[in-house]
Amino acid sequence: MRQLPLLDAHRPGTSWLHRLPAGAKLLGMLAAGVVVIVLRGPLTGVGALAVALALVASSGLGLADTLRALRSLLLLGLLVGLYHLLQRSWALAAEQVTDLVALILLATVVTTTTPVDAMLDAIVRALGPLRSLGVRPERVALAFSLVLRSIPLTLAVAAETADAARARGLGRSPRALLTPMVIRTVAHARVTGEALHARGLGDD
Amino acid sequence: MTRLELDRVAVRAPGPDGDVVILQETTLDLTQRRIALVGPNGSGKSTLARLLNGLVAPSSGAVRVDGLDVAREGKEVRRRVGFVFTDPSAQLVMPTVLEDVALSLRRTHRDRTARLATARAVLARFGLDPLADRSVHTLSGGQRQLLALAGVLATDPAVLVADEPTTLLDLANSRMIGDLLLGLPQQLVLVTHDLDLAARCDRALVVSGGRVAFDGPAEAAVAHYRATA
Repeated sequence: MRQLPLLDAHRPGTSWLHRLPAGAKLLGMLAAGVVVIVLRGPLTGVGALAVALALVASSGLGLADTLRALRSLLLLGLLVGLYHLLQRSWALAAEQVTDLVALILLATVVTTTTPVDAMLDAIVRALGPLRSLGVRPERVALAFSLVLRSIPLTLAVAAETADAARARGLGRSPRALLTPMVIRTVAHARVTGEALHARGLGDD
Repeated sequence: MTRLELDRVAVRAPGPDGDVVILQETTLDLTQRRIALVGPNGSGKSTLARLLNGLVAPSSGAVRVDGLDVAREGKEVRRRVGFVFTDPSAQLVMPTVLEDVALSLRRTHRDRTARLATARAVLARFGLDPLADRSVHTLSGGQRQLLALAGVLATDPAVLVADEPTTLLDLANSRMIGDLLLGLPQQLVLVTHDLDLAARCDRALVVSGGRVAFDGPAEAAVAHYRATA
């Protein structure tokens, strides 16, 4: 399987962001998401992007390396911006692109400076009071870790499927790309579910 | 040893022309330390193994582990019976080696420091401690299977069911995992196509066409399978 850097990997380090508690980082991420959605206009997005770039730089990840590792997601953001520029207005395009890129960078800072295990503990602690309402914090935390894991796995499946389609001379066929990709992704989800079940994860 | 019982267990699955029998009515009492299941592809041996952990529910009959009904007391059974799959990638859930073993320990170790310390000790037992902070995606096939085993054995189950754990491995890794499995203190139920490995068990069952075609000492079972395959 191809290695996809940054998307799910914790990078050990000693920066202040590495030392910050996982709960504080998750809360900050949540707050940033709410702010860029609630406050409209390109200025908020530009401000969020500036903060995100500053955090990437101070996390010790290396700004250039981070942007290179995320280039396909950033390209997607630019395509979204181009769509809004052509269909709506430059202001909306700028807002959408800066909001999206800022959140991608912030999420990358959180996942690379925080062990997933620490994030799970923070989620379990935060949701603890909701146990009486029927919420099962360990299950929510497990679902969170599976979402993080699914990003690089799905991208790897997409890349392998594209390679297989090209090898059969079907590189330009959307059906040859999408159908096996969806089937393999669903199959992988089923096998992962079985493995979790077998390990007794989610029983509590 | 743990007592693994199949009491008139059958497994059927819906097919286009009615139910298809995956496993015919089978009664077994498994108490040996190392038990092998051999047989051709599609014979029902994986289904039989999956019954022991509750991954497959019987269509009729009952499966019991030390008297616990797998269908009714699945949670307790899964604490006693660990399961290792052919492809370890599906079993590795967390991004790094250490975190994946720690995930297994979340139920028993609430404190993170103690949990990580125990996970490191488990990794050391399997010689994986130098890889603790490595991404699971960068491991070799042998290292992944070893990690999957470590993740399951971290909680110290009484029984380990391994479904073709060496099939995807090269010769050296296949031998390493095979030797490790047979040397475990746990009771082992091993589904395998490696007949040399199967012959080293205490008891072997030849599964063919959805039924147990031979059940006896491992060497005799392997000889039977070689003669009839």
